[in-house]
Amino acid sequence: MISYRNVTKIYPDQSVALRNVSFDVKKGEFVSVVGKSGAGKTTLLKLLLAEERPTEGEVLFDEILVHQLHPSQLPELRRNIGMVFQDYKLLNSKTAYENVAYVMEVMGLEEDTIVRDVGEVLEIVGLGERAHHYPFQLSGGEKQRVAIARALIHRPSCIVADEPTGNLDPYHTRDIIRLLQKINELGTTVILATHNKEIVNRIGRRVLTLVEGQLVRDEEHGKFIVV
Amino acid sequence: MLISFKRILRSGFEKFSHDRSSTGAALVVMTVVLFAISSLAILQGMSAFLVERLQEGVDVSAYFRDSVSEEEIFKVRQQLLDLEEVKEVEYISKEEALRRFIETYRDKDAILAPLDALGRNPMLAHLNLKARNPAEYAQIADFLAGEAFASAIASIDFHDRAPVIERLFLITSGIRAGVVAISIALSAVAVLVAFNTIRLTIYNSKEEIEIMRLVGASSWFIRGPFLVQGALVGVAASALALLLLFVLSLVVRAQFQSFTEFDIFSFLISQFFTLLLLCLAVGIGLGVFSSAIAARRYLRV
Repeated sequence: MISYRNVTKIYPDQSVALRNVSFDVKKGEFVSVVGKSGAGKTTLLKLLLAEERPTEGEVLFDEILVHQLHPSQLPELRRNIGMVFQDYKLLNSKTAYENVAYVMEVMGLEEDTIVRDVGEVLEIVGLGERAHHYPFQLSGGEKQRVAIARALIHRPSCIVADEPTGNLDPYHTRDIIRLLQKINELGTTVILATHNKEIVNRIGRRVLTLVEGQLVRDEEHGKFIVV
Repeated sequence: MLISFKRILRSGFEKFSHDRSSTGAALVVMTVVLFAISSLAILQGMSAFLVERLQEGVDVSAYFRDSVSEEEIFKVRQQLLDLEEVKEVEYISKEEALRRFIETYRDKDAILAPLDALGRNPMLAHLNLKARNPAEYAQIADFLAGEAFASAIASIDFHDRAPVIERLFLITSGIRAGVVAISIALSAVAVLVAFNTIRLTIYNSKEEIEIMRLVGASSWFIRGPFLVQGALVGVAASALALLLLFVLSLVVRAQFQSFTEFDIFSFLISQFFTLLLLCLAVGIGLGVFSSAIAARRYLRV
């Protein structure tokens, strides 16, 4: 489903974010990408969303070379990938409901479908009561649950979460990880970038370890190993 | 397609009404710009009015000798009317000239007394000419000064006023050129200020635009509401600028009229649709153009 082939990313200031990284992700997998801050985890995910272009190598999503897509084709790619960010990236001028509904609006779905699905998804993430609150009225955990609801509302085939628990306390962290596991059990591929050892060890699924931009370990039932 | 269009419109209206800080800033600047541009249009109208009034005061008068009969004068008049350059010719008989003189100086005995003493009408019958184009007065005067009329015409009044007339043309064409130049310069400054204000308000939405892009919104779905907001700012600013202009014109109407004879309020009424179209075209055009350019910059995610 997803392929990184000999991917190298060097930023204009000559800092090397990724070095010759190659791996595949199959449909329905739960993959944790671990490594210290600056190891290249975020760059790895940005390449998948075509937010960045690789200096060398290629990234494929459903057999499509994402960096050869025309800018007008990027929305289509991004609608197939639900993205969860560490800083939530919610639209501050919209309520929780409107933030989630926005993704369905951009897809041109009917109002009835939006009302039904957004209500359901907000219930699933436990925010039924907070639907009409603005982001500034929500706690960190609630904002992240809105972000997850937004990522899965349009049933993408893959959810990519970049440090989704980075700003959360342990209680909310458990909540969010449980939610991601549940989404994965329903068949959605999940890629989780984190530097939280406890989370990775508890999930006990495939782990990719990045060190200074290089993929040093790829284990089917891996653990977070400090390198 | 239609559903997306409706959502873009709705979102644009929401941005316009909810996003008070950015809408407010753009609205104030745009209103000032449109007010300035409309004022310049009025200034143009006023200068045209004043120039016309000044030009109306310019003429050429040909005074005929006492020996020339009215019939001969009418022949000359017809010859003049046959000239393309001549717009109208007014015949003033000796009697009419005297009547007008007495009427003008009826309260000034010192001027009228010598007339009684003279015991006859010293006025000369004459023709007052108006040219189609003010620049053609000299040509008409030369025509009258020609040998054909030397025996009939005693004097031509144009030569005495020629330098004044020439200077007047220099001044009026200078005023027009100046007003046009100032209009263009001020409009350019105003447009740049409005453009940058709108760009700054969109800069505040930079993060929002990037998020929209990352969750799969198309460029038009993101840009559309900003364009609608820009257009609405243009419409609202046009209404505000014209309202301000009408209120101010009512306040200064009397003073203006007594000073220049220019009725600013009537001028505004007569030019209302032109001004409205000008404001709407500049306002909506500027709003949409600035929004499009500014939003485009942040759509490259």
